Amino acid sequence: MRSSHVKFYQTGTFTVGNRLLNDSDRSVQSTMERTNSLNSGHRACQGCGEALGARYAIDAAMRATDNQLIAANATGCLEVFSTPYPETSWQIPWIHSLFGNAAAVATGIAVALRVKGRTGTRVVAQGGDGGTTDIGFGCLSGMFERNDDVLYICYDNEAYMNTGVQRSSATPPAARTATTQVVGPQPGNVFGQGKNVPRIAMAHEIPYVATATVADVRDLEAKVTKAMSIHGARYIHVLVPCPLGWGAAPHDTVKLARLATESGLFPVFEAEHGEVTDRSTIRRQVAVEEYLKPQRRFAHLFKPTLQSEVIARLQAQADRNIRRYNLLSGETHR
Amino acid sequence: MTKPYAITLDVGSSLANLTGSWRTQRPVYVDRLPPCNATCPAGENIQQWLFHAEEGNYEAAWRVLVADNPLAATMGRVCYHPCEKACNRGELDESVGINAVERFLGDEANRQGWQFDPVEQDTGRRILVVGSGPAGVSAAYHLRRMGHAVVICEAEDSAGGMMRYGIPQYRLPRDTLDADIRRIVDMGVELRLGERVDDVDALMRDQGFDACFLGVGSQIGKRAYIPAGDARHITDAVSVLHQMESTQRPLLGRRVVVYGGGNTAVDVARTARRLGAEESIIVYRRTREKMPAHAHEVEEALEEGVKLKWLSTIAEADGDTITVEKMALDENGFPQPTGELETMPADSVVLALGQDVDLDLLSGIDGMQIDGGAVVVDPVQMTTRPGIFAGGDMVGGEKTVTVAIGHGKKAARAIDAWLRGETYHAPPKHEQATYDRLNTWYYSDAPKTIRPVLDIIRRQSTFDEVVGSLDEANALYEARRCMSCGNCFECDTCYGVCPDNAVNKLGPGKRFSFNYDYCKGCGLCVAECPCGAIRMEHEPD
Repeated sequence: MRSSHVKFYQTGTFTVGNRLLNDSDRSVQSTMERTNSLNSGHRACQGCGEALGARYAIDAAMRATDNQLIAANATGCLEVFSTPYPETSWQIPWIHSLFGNAAAVATGIAVALRVKGRTGTRVVAQGGDGGTTDIGFGCLSGMFERNDDVLYICYDNEAYMNTGVQRSSATPPAARTATTQVVGPQPGNVFGQGKNVPRIAMAHEIPYVATATVADVRDLEAKVTKAMSIHGARYIHVLVPCPLGWGAAPHDTVKLARLATESGLFPVFEAEHGEVTDRSTIRRQVAVEEYLKPQRRFAHLFKPTLQSEVIARLQAQADRNIRRYNLLSGETHR
Repeated sequence: MTKPYAITLDVGSSLANLTGSWRTQRPVYVDRLPPCNATCPAGENIQQWLFHAEEGNYEAAWRVLVADNPLAATMGRVCYHPCEKACNRGELDESVGINAVERFLGDEANRQGWQFDPVEQDTGRRILVVGSGPAGVSAAYHLRRMGHAVVICEAEDSAGGMMRYGIPQYRLPRDTLDADIRRIVDMGVELRLGERVDDVDALMRDQGFDACFLGVGSQIGKRAYIPAGDARHITDAVSVLHQMESTQRPLLGRRVVVYGGGNTAVDVARTARRLGAEESIIVYRRTREKMPAHAHEVEEALEEGVKLKWLSTIAEADGDTITVEKMALDENGFPQPTGELETMPADSVVLALGQDVDLDLLSGIDGMQIDGGAVVVDPVQMTTRPGIFAGGDMVGGEKTVTVAIGHGKKAARAIDAWLRGETYHAPPKHEQATYDRLNTWYYSDAPKTIRPVLDIIRRQSTFDEVVGSLDEANALYEARRCMSCGNCFECDTCYGVCPDNAVNKLGPGKRFSFNYDYCKGCGLCVAECPCGAIRMEHEPD
């Protein structure tokens, strides 16, 4: 699902840009004209994956819609760090909703635009995993089943980071958070809980569902662009590592996103009307340890004693994803 | 101004919030020294000329190349390319075919007739260069570029030194060598052929030279004492290869034995095959692994039917046979005689045991120190006689064309400084762009293009060039395999991965800059930069 057709062996298709490419073939992020929808001066932590993912996604959406875009934003890190009243980092029309109703607010905007006949203006709703998979889930499901003309983007950093790293239904098993401490017989978040919202979105049979990470900007941009070419309910779930909440070095944000996909723990795919249509294959497969080790939220799996059984269960999850989405073999379609 | 309900403040931009103040470390763009450049004996800026070649701008690439080494097409054939051994890409898949691209650029220059940039201003100083081998022409070229008047005196009737009289034509076609040298003459270097210099001091005094560069090479083949009933069939490699340039080709017979294990031995053995020898055998006293000849050349020789007989010395040569004594390596790796003898037929024996400097020329120069048969020079190639510099084979050390070209360049800079009453000091080198500084995720897999190799049969009997050239598409592909270690190649990755938009893109060819007002110092750009061209530094106090 790598989204460039041109092969440059120096950097292949993996770098953000390439001076040898025609302008029209370059990623949005490589152009001097990118919107910088989320501008400098925001208060996100060093190396924030969410700030990065939001700029990647919204800049691409801006280009896809010829800058005719309105965004609704659930409460969460993204809203807090970008817009402490009266300052904002957003350089687009942007509205802050409640924690739980970004999908409903976006639906309202889309309907109002339709009523006013402004069909050229498109609507994006965005939120973190807390605002999407937990608190805003009812509104989100409603937006899906009504097939409202909204692209909902979830920036998943796997916990409530803004309020102090509490567990969400997107927190992975074994991860330490403020509410899943490293105590008891099964330290960290328990296995067998949580939900997989991309698959739930697919179950609504909406026109378009995709996952992506901040490690592959071309792929993310291509998915946003494709989503903006479709009308109806669309959902993109972007993995955005959080240095603070994951206990990782700020410079490892992109690397961790890459390891999440290369280990199979976070499958990158797209689906149309409930069926998987494409996936990014693993290029350099790694064991889950390589992804887990740099993160302090998983430190208890390695010290004081190696928790081989727990790691094996996480590896089994990755292996299941690899089987389910056929991540190891064959060419990707695009 | 009236505001909407419940709104009391105007909308402000977050640009008022200078998040750069959070920083304790800052990213800084650097240029690190790529391993290819670091190992190039001629000091070529390989990464930079590949950068231009990647764009298909071959003339710009060639101009960067010849800023250090004027003999591009020749280099692309005879250089043993240590750069490729050092290439970081070798750790990823296979090293970049630097030498092949260099050859393509050199040939392109000769095809298109590209000329060197004209000399801007003459300095009025006159430099004598003795010898037109690689060291001499390199020194002459660089001195001329600096505006000095240069005269090369060459004892032979053709220029090129060992490039002509030591390297067989199947490795270096003479029209290629001629074209490379002609371009240097065309920029205003005076080349006097057939003019042997016997008295350097007198010549400098009489013709008003301000400084001198000696690059006469080492052209006296070393002899070894071999008891021989009939010595007519014993000759040496230098003479054989030299004679190949005359109209009278050497008569070596059907069975040729070459004695020695260096590149010259291999050259002669391969030449003998081409001259029609049915058997061409290299006799060497140590093992194949210990042969100083380059493995690749030995490989090609074997393919052509040259035979190797290692752990052997020639004990006696008699008429049409030789007697070989077997050797065994002792615990220190030195060959020791075993007393085991073997007779084998040989119409001629060619000694390729190394070469000595012709010291006759030097004996007349006052104050010139010679040690172990080589001229003593300081780190910038000046001999113990002020104003006289030397380089190439005659100063000892590694004897290759590329090393000699490097000597010529360094000497030219030193002469230029000396003429101004200064001492040349090489500028400090950048820190090395080692493999661990790269983020190789971003480089996709691409094996090396192998230069076409002439049909074995064809090259056994002809002096056609053995190694072919890349065509344009291949050369471009090969250039684009360069990972640009340590030097920005404008891939936009830093510009993309900054969560704070704190990287400014300055436009094509201008690279990037950091906006320290907003850079929080997360280091994502440093971690993700494919080629290691960004460094994290402590925030200045």
